[in-house]
This record gives sequence, C-alpha cells and structure tokens, in this order.
Amino acid sequence: MNTMTLDAAGQTAPAQPESVEKATVDTDTRVTETVGQPFCDDAKLRMRGINVFYGETQAINDVSLDIGRNEVVAMIGPSGCGKSTFLRCINRMNDTIEGCRVEGDLTLDDEPIYGPRVDVVPLRARVGMVFQKPNPFPKSIYENVAYGPKIHGIASRRAELDEIVENSLRRAGLWNEVKDRLDQPGTGLSGGQQQRLCIARAIAVSPEVILMDEPCSALDPIATARIEELIDELRENYTIAIVTHSMQQAARVSQRTAYFHLGHLVEVNDTETVFTNPQHELTEAYITGRFG
Amino acid sequence: MTDLTQEQVRERIERRLAGRHRVEKTFRGLGIASIAFGILAVVILFSDIIAKGSGAFVQSAVQLEVHYDPAVLGIEQVDEESLTWANFTGVIREALRERFPEVSGRSEKRELYSLVSTGAPFKLRNRLQADPELLGRSETVWVAADDDVDTFVKSLSDSGGGFRGRTSDRMIRWIDQLLASGELKKRFNSNFFTNGDSREPEQAGIRAALVGSLLTLLVTLALSFPIGVAAAIYLEEYAPRNRWTDLIEVNINNLAAVPSIVFGLLGLAIFINFFELPRSAPLVGGLVLTLMTLPTIIISSRAALKSVPPSIREAAMGMGASRMQVVFHHVLPLAMPGMLTGTIIGMAQALGETAPLLMIGMVAFIVDVPGGVTDPATVLPVQIFLWADSPERAFVERTSAAIMVLLSFLIVMNTSAVWLRKKLERRW
Amino acid sequence: MQTPTLFALLLLLVLVAYGTGFTRAVTAARGSGGLRNLASLPGYYGLHTALWCGLPALLLLVAWIAFDDAIICAMVINSLADKPETISAQNLLWTQIQNVAAGNLFGEPEPQIAAAAEHLAALRDNSRLLKAGLTLILATGLGAFTLLRFSPQLRAREKVEKVLRWVLLACACAAIFTTIGILLSVLFESLRFFQAVPVSEFLFGLHWSPQMALRADQVGSSGAFGAVPLFTGTMMVTAIAMFVAVPVGLMSAIYLAEYAGRRVRAFAKPVLEILAGVPTVVYGFFAALTVAPFIRDAAAAVGLEASSESALAAGLVMGVMIIPFVSSLSDDVINAVPQSLRDGALGLGSTHSETVRKVVIPAALPGIVGGVLLAVSRAIGETMIVVMAAGLAANLTANPLDSVTTVTVQIVTLLVGDQEFDSPKTLAAFALGLMLFLTTLVLNFIALHVVKKYREQYD
Repeated sequence: MNTMTLDAAGQTAPAQPESVEKATVDTDTRVTETVGQPFCDDAKLRMRGINVFYGETQAINDVSLDIGRNEVVAMIGPSGCGKSTFLRCINRMNDTIEGCRVEGDLTLDDEPIYGPRVDVVPLRARVGMVFQKPNPFPKSIYENVAYGPKIHGIASRRAELDEIVENSLRRAGLWNEVKDRLDQPGTGLSGGQQQRLCIARAIAVSPEVILMDEPCSALDPIATARIEELIDELRENYTIAIVTHSMQQAARVSQRTAYFHLGHLVEVNDTETVFTNPQHELTEAYITGRFG
Repeated sequence: MTDLTQEQVRERIERRLAGRHRVEKTFRGLGIASIAFGILAVVILFSDIIAKGSGAFVQSAVQLEVHYDPAVLGIEQVDEESLTWANFTGVIREALRERFPEVSGRSEKRELYSLVSTGAPFKLRNRLQADPELLGRSETVWVAADDDVDTFVKSLSDSGGGFRGRTSDRMIRWIDQLLASGELKKRFNSNFFTNGDSREPEQAGIRAALVGSLLTLLVTLALSFPIGVAAAIYLEEYAPRNRWTDLIEVNINNLAAVPSIVFGLLGLAIFINFFELPRSAPLVGGLVLTLMTLPTIIISSRAALKSVPPSIREAAMGMGASRMQVVFHHVLPLAMPGMLTGTIIGMAQALGETAPLLMIGMVAFIVDVPGGVTDPATVLPVQIFLWADSPERAFVERTSAAIMVLLSFLIVMNTSAVWLRKKLERRW
Repeated sequence: MQTPTLFALLLLLVLVAYGTGFTRAVTAARGSGGLRNLASLPGYYGLHTALWCGLPALLLLVAWIAFDDAIICAMVINSLADKPETISAQNLLWTQIQNVAAGNLFGEPEPQIAAAAEHLAALRDNSRLLKAGLTLILATGLGAFTLLRFSPQLRAREKVEKVLRWVLLACACAAIFTTIGILLSVLFESLRFFQAVPVSEFLFGLHWSPQMALRADQVGSSGAFGAVPLFTGTMMVTAIAMFVAVPVGLMSAIYLAEYAGRRVRAFAKPVLEILAGVPTVVYGFFAALTVAPFIRDAAAAVGLEASSESALAAGLVMGVMIIPFVSSLSDDVINAVPQSLRDGALGLGSTHSETVRKVVIPAALPGIVGGVLLAVSRAIGETMIVVMAAGLAANLTANPLDSVTTVTVQIVTLLVGDQEFDSPKTLAAFALGLMLFLTTLVLNFIALHVVKKYREQYD
C-alpha cells in the first residue's frame, strides 16, 4: 500500500485490482462531479480542471481543488488513485518524468504555475516538498539544511547562514537533538530524525507551501507522532498539502480532506465531515475499510 | 525567519536566477560538447582510415605482351625444376624493351625495368606452370606495377600533379604514355587478399596474417570458452562462501584489469622459455590470449548464470535432479546466450590484441601461410604494426586497408554479440 | 606418431569407452529386469568409463608435451663431456645442437656437437614412442579396468559428478594460476636483474640506455639502467590521457545519464562504445600518422618545435581511447545514485546542473574515483599507442612536445627480436614488467575495493 509507483519509463502502475476486488461497493461508479466543498475564498493554491497523462495513460481526471492559506489539506485514497501525482503537479516535479503531461490551470497566489515564462527554480523554492522516504543528501547535517539557502544565495554572510540553519532545525524540532553534531553526516540519523531533517531542509528556503508525500510511511509510530505534531506547528506559517494513506493521520493533522479515487477527486470536505458523515458512497466505503 | 521575510528571500532568489540559468546552460553545453567530441573522434578516426586505406584495394597494373621464349627463359621444357630457375625476369625485361624500343643506356634501362613489380616474374611462372603449352608462345598479361609507380598514379588525381617520390621525369613520361594508351590501369588488388607479407608493398597481402589470426583465435576459443564457462559454473553454483572463493574472485577481477603486455611476459617466460613451446606459433599466442580473455568470459558467464532465476533451480531440485543435472539440464541452456555474448566480446578483444603477441615472437617476417598451430605465424594486428613501421609510402595505404579488414571483422563480431543478446536473452 | 594423431586416437578411445560402458549398463539392466535396477542411468556408466579412460591419459599427455623438451635438453647437456658453465653458453650450445639435429648445417659441426645431435635425435624418437605408448596403454588399461569393475550397484552418477566438480574447481583456479604464473615469471627474472643492477639504481637512476649495457664492463656502473625517465614518461603520457579522458568521459556520462532523452542515448552510447572496441594498434597508427604530424605542424605554426614522436600525440589519442572506459564506468555509478536524492535537490529549487554538481556527483564520487583509477591503470599499461607514437628516446623532460618513452615501450623494445636470456638488457624488461604489474595491481585493487564499497552503499 504505497503511493502510486512510477517505473523508469514513466508509466503509471494500474490501480491494484486485488484491492478493488474485495470491495462490496461498485467501485466503478462513475465520478462525474466532486461532492463537498473543493473551493475556498482565501485560496493560496487554485487548481481547475487538472488532467495528467503519462504517455497515453491518464492518471488524473479533471480535478479542481483549492488549498487555503495556512491550512492543512490531506489527500487520501487507495493506492494508485493519483494523489501523489496530483501533489507533484503543484511544484512541477512531474516535469522530470519523461512523457508526463499536465493540463489545466494551477495558480499560486493567482500567478500561473504552468506557464511558458514560469521558472521552476523560484517556484520550487516557494513550494517545498518532503518525500515519502527520508532522502537526506550524503553530506553533514549542517550542509543538508544549508544546501537550499546556499544554492539560492539567500544568506549573504556565514552568520546569516548559521542562523537560518539553526532556525530551520529548531522549527523542525531537531535542533536540540543535533546541535552538537552538525558536522556529522545526515544519513547517520534515525529515520524519524532524517525526515525532520528533510523538513528542516525544506523550510530553510522559506517556502510558502509545503507538499508532503506520505512523509510518515517509512517511520515508526513514535517518529510519526513527532512529525504530526510538527505539521500542526508548521501550519502557523505555511500552507501544507499532505498525501497520506493513513486515515487516522489525515484526521489528526488536517483541516480539510480530499478523497481521490482512480484519478478522480471524489469528495472534499472538512476533515470532520469526511470522517463522520461522508457524502459519497465511495468515500464511505473507503473510510469504513471496505476496500483500500 | 527572524530577520528575513519571505519577500526578502524571494527577492534574493530572483537576483541570482539569471546567473544560475547561465551556468545551467554552460553545463549542458559542456555535456553536449563532450558527446560531440567523442562522436567526432569516431568520425575522424574512421574517415581517416578509410581515406588512407581505400586505395589499397586497387593496384596499378601494366599490360605487357610477353613472349615465353625458351631461349630467354633458358629452359627446354616445363617441369618443376626448370621452373625454379627459369629467367622470367628476362622475359619481362624483353617485353618492356619491346614496348619502349627507344630506350637505351644502362641507367635508362634500369629505370624502365623498375616500372613493374619485382614480383611480376612469379606471376609469369605461375601462368606457365598452369599452362605449359604457353612455352614458346606470346600472350598479353597484366602485371603489377612497382609501388612507386602505383603511389604516383594514385596520387595523380590529387591536386599538385601527384607524389613524385623516386619516380624520375623519364618514368613519368612512360607512365603518361601507358596511361594514355590504356596499358596502365588501376585494377582490383587481389594480391592483397591472396598473398602473405612481402618487402614489396605491391606484393604484400594479409592472407597469412588472417590465417594466423584465425588459428590463434581457434586455440583461444577452444581453451577459454570451456574453461571460462566451467569456472563460472563452479563459482556461481558450487563455490562455498569462504576465503578461497573470495581470493578467486578478487583474482579474476584483478586479472581483468592487468595490462595485456604483462600476459605477454608470462607467455615468454613460461610457455616459451620454460615449456619450450615454439616461438611465433599460434598455439602460444592462443594460450596467452586465453589467459587474457578468461576473466572477461568468466565475468560475463557468471552474470548470465546469475540472471537465471532461482525458481528454475528449485523446480528442478524439487523433481529430484542432482546439482549437476540442474546445472547442465536447466541453468546452462538458459544462460548460454549470455555466455556466448561474453565469449564473442572476449574473442573480439583477442582478435584486436597486439602487445602480448609481440612478446612471444609473433612479429617475425612471415611470408608463408601457416598450416597449423605450431607453424610460425603472425596475426592481423601485428601485421598492421609491422606495416605501420615500414618506410615505403605504399605501405601506409596497405596498413589502413588491413585496419579496415580488421575493423570490419570486429564490427561483425560485436554486432552479432549485440544481436545475440537482443534475440536470445530472456528477461525474467 | 604425431601429436594431433595421438589426440585423435585418444578421443576415439574415449568414445569407444563411453559406448562400451553404456552398452554394458544397458545389457546388465536388460538381464535383471529393466533400468530400474541400475543405480544410475546408462549414460552415466558410459561417462564414468570415458572419464577414467580419457582424463588420466590426457593429463599424462599434456604433461609430457609440456616437459619433454626441457628434460631432453637437460639430458643432452648433462651427457656432454665438457658442458659449459654459464646458462647462456648452455643455451647457445643447445640451439646449435638443435639446429644440427634439424639438419640446418652451417659448415661441418664439431664432433662433440654432432654426437650430441645424434643423441638428441635418438632421445626424441624414444620420447615420442614412449609418449604414444604410455598414453594409449594408460587409456585402454584404465578404461578396461573400469569396465571390469562394473556392477549395477555402482553409483556412476555420483562418481562422475564428483570428478566433474573437481574439474570445475580446477578451471576456477585458472585465474589464481595465472596470477601466480605472472608473479613467478616477472619475479624470478627481476631478481636476476637486481643481482646485476642494484634496486636503488634502477628505481632512482636518471639515465636509461640499456643498449650500452651490452658491454660487460658497463653493467651497473654506468647508470644505464636508471628507470626514472621511463617512469616520468609514463606519468606524462598518462597525465595527458587523463586530462582528455576524465573531463570528456565524465561530462559525456553526466549528459547521457541526466540530460539526454532516450533517442539521443540510444544513438550516442553505442557510438562512444565503438571507441572502446577499436584495437590499440589502430589508435597507434592513427596517433603516429595523423595526430603526430598534425601536432608538429600546429606547433610549428605557433613557433614551437615539436618532435615527430611526441608525448602529446600519444597521450591525446590514448585519452580518446579511454573516454568510453571512463564514461561507461561513471554512467554506471551515476545511475546507481538513488532518484530520491535528485528529487530532494530538485524539490528545493536546484537547477538541473546544481543537482548534478552538488548532490549527484558528490554522492557518486567514490565510484567515479574508482573508475578513474582503473582508467589510470589502463593508461599506464597501454602499449601499442606509445610504442608507435611516443618514441624510444628516454628523455627526462617535462615538455609534452618532446618524445618520451614509457615502461611498456621499453619492455617491447627490449624483448622484441633476438634475445639472450640472461643479459641484463633482457632481464631489465622483466624488472619493468614487475613494476608495471605491481603498480597496476595496487591501483586495480584500490579501485575495485572503492567501487565495491560504493555499490554496497546504495544496494
């Protein structure tokens, strides 16, 4: 039960049939329109009519969604439903995959994300990303966090850089654990610490939005709890979109939850509403564990 | 951030963007330039060789009206003995004098005689041997021109009136006459494929070297393939994980990177000096090349064995097959395409190898085509090395032509390896 | 009997043994009610017989062929009334005797030699007869013995497999024997060389002219075997080659692995691989006839004097030869860097080249260094290019336009052509070979170790 897998050729793995077979509901129910409240007034990110193709295969089908300022939106759904693909559209990480094509309007603060003149470099500095598997660079802890500020030239002096590193590590709740060994390799930390290091690395460039792609799937429960706590703290300053396959996690950290199914956005609502009173039968089937 | 707002950060990022994109472009450009450099090197290398060597496939020949005069030849009838000492040179000279009756004086005559190859008499001898009836009669034959004449004729098409070398004005006049009357022509150079080495470029051919290469490769193949496959089978299917096995592995990997000339030293010291095997023989060459190619074959055979999934072995074991039966009935046939590919690549390496063969005396001047693996022989790359060292200009184009032959063999071998891999290798 | 005939005869015997063993088993099975009553399939009884018939006889035959000349030589020399003291004189005498025995007479041979030649011919006849006789007797004897001991209870398959396993092990040990063979051959001759020339002089002497040393009074005293100019020459050519191969190879690998689309890769990769398949003698020819004159003319055009055989020409061409080596090794290690690291860097807003330069390359560095070390070892050991394009003059120079000589070139020049096997001149080649072998061995060892560790890191 992982996120949608992409092989080297950029093909999507088809939705796992065995997971669907168990279902007692008709999972082929045609999704024509998203139920719930996909839009909000003070939107940081606006997405309208998004379609994503890998070569011939369509991975995302006409998805429209807003993500509001300083809010945490969780995206849930069965494996291969396209939630990770959708997330990677937001900072254009899909550009790196050969044969991937994105259609539709995405705006960040009303500026288009996919435009002929848009430079992905500053875009990705504004929209940071944390990945499923902790991926610290094989460098020291300090260098890991300082990497972003260095390449972007954010710090003008060494002292400033030190400060950025310290602040980022503090915000990621890692400072006290690593302050005495900043020069040791980041790969030597535990899994949970590595993931927090990656979060620190992402916030070191002062992003406005942070995308998290199943950030806790490789971690143990204690490390997961620590990260969830962190996400809640980060909400003050950042807009966060998180993909997760854990419904409990979605319930704990998010204000709104979006349920994806086979490339369609089925339902978006306040997290509480989704989990207590789902409006679509597919959502209900999923959260009650009838498939997934 | 305490002192940097997001706007400040944005601004600082924007300031450096142009520069970073410039670096990006430069870096990408360097990558493209590197690839282009490599491709250019291939193009230059091949076009240079082809430009230099394609001339060798034709050879200037002179048409002569020869009279097999028993008086000049000094023989009465045609038999083995008389043929060996008959004066065919005289026949050629007479024919030349008849063609240019105005020539007189010793030095002038010497120049006239030097128009045709010193190998021309052998051609007449072969003709007479094939048809004894010719004795006392005349016929028109094409004999190879001397290499200086050949070089001059071939360079005529270049601008600047051709490469003179040792060709005198008088000779040029004769050459022009012969060219005008069609008695001097460039014809297909069959000597190149049917003769062995020679001091005379126009007589030199690659046949002996080709046969030498073939014999050497046969020895190499006959030894390295079975030994390599057997070693791979042992290491992959039988070897216990212990220090001895590790030692063997480290050894194989190291040997794959040992300079080839060191194998030559081994061959010289062990095979020739210690075992007293014959020098310059394809047998010793094959032995040395076997040791050299073994690591390649073992490594690729092991990879082929590794790629056979364990489920096949388990299935056969489950039927009660012995270890040996599992390997020889099931695993080996499935791994064979990969092993063959590795072997072909190893053979291609061996075919192109020169240095170790110099050590074991395969540089000798060999005219005769070797008849067996213990006869003195040379191989194609060594022949190329020898010709490249020869001062005659005409050897340059023969060297290049020999290279073209060698390269075409290698291309055939390597493409067939690629084809084999694509065609037969199974993906699990 | 000729050796090939003997081999053919042996093969025939083996086939007969297989057939007899097979038939014997089938007959026995029929007599006792079917194949079920045999311990193994009939084919294994055939193989069992064939192995016993062929293998010992084959080993005997090969050993005989390998050693008979040496033994006969010793016998002939020892039979001489006044045998010479030194090995070289013995070798010379031995060649004379062989020539006389082969009928290559140059004038009337000395009576002693003529007698020895006759002795030799007789010994050879005997040896040939004995070889054929013993081999065939051994083959038939063991074959028949195995047949006699046949019983349906004999576990032929296990016995055959046991033998085959040993054969497989022997084949696997070929690599070890080769290494030992190399070490022994270069070590022994080198030790003899170092008896004549002190090690320190060889390693630190600045003057190399082995031809001079043919005169006995100059050996070791004139400093003719100082290998430093060879080492510096080798290093210069290697450095020039690396100067070309490492940047070009590395950048090609980076471009192919990180930037190029599938179509470009499918075209460019095989084209670069062509460079690796071209024989070195072809590169040597290209270096000597095309690149070297070009460099000489180019240098003359800017007012420099370049030798017609220059380190630069050899180094440049060698660099081109090594490009695919560096690029394919680097390609492998770059592809082994996990995609997640690239995603991490790109996700922070790195440009593509920043990702490559600051994350991918540092992560792949050990592997790349290993590959470069292997390339250096290959450049040091490369022979034909330098033989044909670098020259023979042992110049101690730092000017790449000068001609230099290298260790491999000297090995070739010292050993090609006629040699006496105990002149320091010839032995020097083995000392150089020892240096070459040890240097490349150390380089390869470090490189393979580094690469292996690197692979394990990302597995």
